[in-house]
Amino acid sequence: MDGAVNFLRVTLIRVFYAVILLIAVLILNFSLMHMAPGDVADTIAQAAGGIDAEALEQIRREYGLDQPFLVQLGRYIGNVLRFDLGYSFFYSDKVTSLILSRLPATLLLVITAQLLALVVGVILGVFSARKPNGILSHFVTFLALFGYSAPVFWTGLLMLVIFSLMIPIFPVAGMRDVTIEGGFFAQAFDIARHLVLPMITLSSIFLALYSRLARATMMEVLGSDYVRTAKAKGLTNRQVVYKHALKNSLSPVITLAGLQLSAVVSGAVLVETVFSWPGLGTLAFQSILARDTPLILGILFFSALVVIVGNLLTDLALRLVDPRVGGKK
Amino acid sequence: MTEPLLKVENLRIELTTRAGVTPVIDNLSFELGHGENISFVGESGCGKSMTALSIMGLLPEGVGRIASGSIQFHGEELTTASTERLRDIRGNEISMIFQEPMTSLNPVYTVGEQIAEVLRAHQGLSKKAAWDMAAELLDAVRIPNAKSRVGDYPFQMSGGQRQRVMIAMALACKPKILIADEPTTALDVTVQAQIFDLLRDLRRNTGTSIIMITHDMGAVAEMAERMIVMYAGRNAEIGPVDQIIDRPRHPYTKGLISCVPHIVANLTEERHDLTEVPGIVPSLQEFGKNRCLFASRCNLRTDECLRERPPAREFENGQKADCWHAEEL
Repeated sequence: MDGAVNFLRVTLIRVFYAVILLIAVLILNFSLMHMAPGDVADTIAQAAGGIDAEALEQIRREYGLDQPFLVQLGRYIGNVLRFDLGYSFFYSDKVTSLILSRLPATLLLVITAQLLALVVGVILGVFSARKPNGILSHFVTFLALFGYSAPVFWTGLLMLVIFSLMIPIFPVAGMRDVTIEGGFFAQAFDIARHLVLPMITLSSIFLALYSRLARATMMEVLGSDYVRTAKAKGLTNRQVVYKHALKNSLSPVITLAGLQLSAVVSGAVLVETVFSWPGLGTLAFQSILARDTPLILGILFFSALVVIVGNLLTDLALRLVDPRVGGKK
Repeated sequence: MTEPLLKVENLRIELTTRAGVTPVIDNLSFELGHGENISFVGESGCGKSMTALSIMGLLPEGVGRIASGSIQFHGEELTTASTERLRDIRGNEISMIFQEPMTSLNPVYTVGEQIAEVLRAHQGLSKKAAWDMAAELLDAVRIPNAKSRVGDYPFQMSGGQRQRVMIAMALACKPKILIADEPTTALDVTVQAQIFDLLRDLRRNTGTSIIMITHDMGAVAEMAERMIVMYAGRNAEIGPVDQIIDRPRHPYTKGLISCVPHIVANLTEERHDLTEVPGIVPSLQEFGKNRCLFASRCNLRTDECLRERPPAREFENGQKADCWHAEEL
């Protein structure tokens, strides 16, 4: 009862901080974009094959680009607070609806890749910690080295080569097959099939990280005094490892996973580009090429949102795993 | 004579290290009667804890093993017992408390859960019944407001309270033997006295035999009927506590006793300088050699001490000392 109230209080404080952080991110993003050379007017002029200076000024006035920096910034933040992220001239659509149409694909990729890396990483770590000199343990060391040293786009290209040429069992591009018909499950299965390769590619680095860390913390925990106590109580090996040791070795892994979330999101940009996954990553890539400032800002905003919310959840998850975290006294 | 509760005969424990195989326990024999309190005394590294762990079947896997000898509990051989049988005994019929109360409890579970767990594992109690019993046990080890503290986490308790929780956990299944491995070393003096009081009372009420490992001669004099002095993995002297303190038959015991100020004050009024046992314990390479391992620190050393390991000399009062010069002392 007391704990629940406290949990709620802490959560609200965290949410408050998150909002402040988000506004800071907005200001920073906008300032950086403003400092970069070139704007929408330049791109339009380029697309039109060159226009005169007066027309250029006209365009700038239309988009409000002739106003002082602070006025533009204030206007932008005011709009964002009203959930208006602006209008993408390149796609001729509202930024918000563009992003919302792409966000689910990215969330699906990021969340499944992160979960895959976490679950498989912890399982590998635990198994190899129980037999530090076993084959699996050496495999984990190798996997960690490989996963960590191979760049994500290279792993992606490797996957493409293997699965398009040698073993064509998974689709290598896109998110769904337009020829597939059927109900919800047929569609879901189709998406899952498309998801496999990008998901594995994106999770490879993080799988390496988490399995290494899980192995190290698990080995440390297995040698700890309270594990000896658990054995002295006459508990089974399974209880000792999966009840007493595992819960203690989870918190470092969860902490790292939270810190790595931003890396997962930025990794998604590359992976989506390699596998033509229709998510925010490909949209970001195209919007940068088109100097579509409102869209770039919008995507940056949403990425920041994903990372901040993810960190918030990590924080709260840690509280559930380890009672020492947080103010309960 | 009735069958002793625990009978250890010619126990030899070998430790495999980089340097080779070392007998850390060499030819140790002792008996423990029903309701008796026996104390192990000796310097760090003399094998006290190894003896305790071997009785529990908890020697570090792959490093330590029982090479020969026997440990009989109620006439049942433990050295050859199956892991399942040992698990049944651990925490149930023989339980153990450790030196480090600060780290011996699992930080992520409540103390109630950690006590209740033993009851569920060995006595098949339901979750509710085990939890209620845990509260009763906390009360029995004199933790104030036991009912409300049963849901506390270890980090919310002091060192003394944590050791009380360990004791409650160890006594949960009313074991025949309680092994206390330096139960008060990490606690301050007033708390030490409280813990000893508690152990004494619990023993009176439950009839549990206690094997106490310590290097506190004062505690031995207060708590135990018989004591075993160990040196470098071997028995130095064994016998009734009052007899040994009155007239030690091994130069090492003599040295240990004269290290303790208040006992010395009772024995010989005129000695004021506190003495020490000169020199240091032999290195692991020395263990197992056929000579007296204490000889290098002994002022009674003669040629035969270096030539051959001394046999046990038995005296009429039940004292037994492994020393060539036992009669002279």
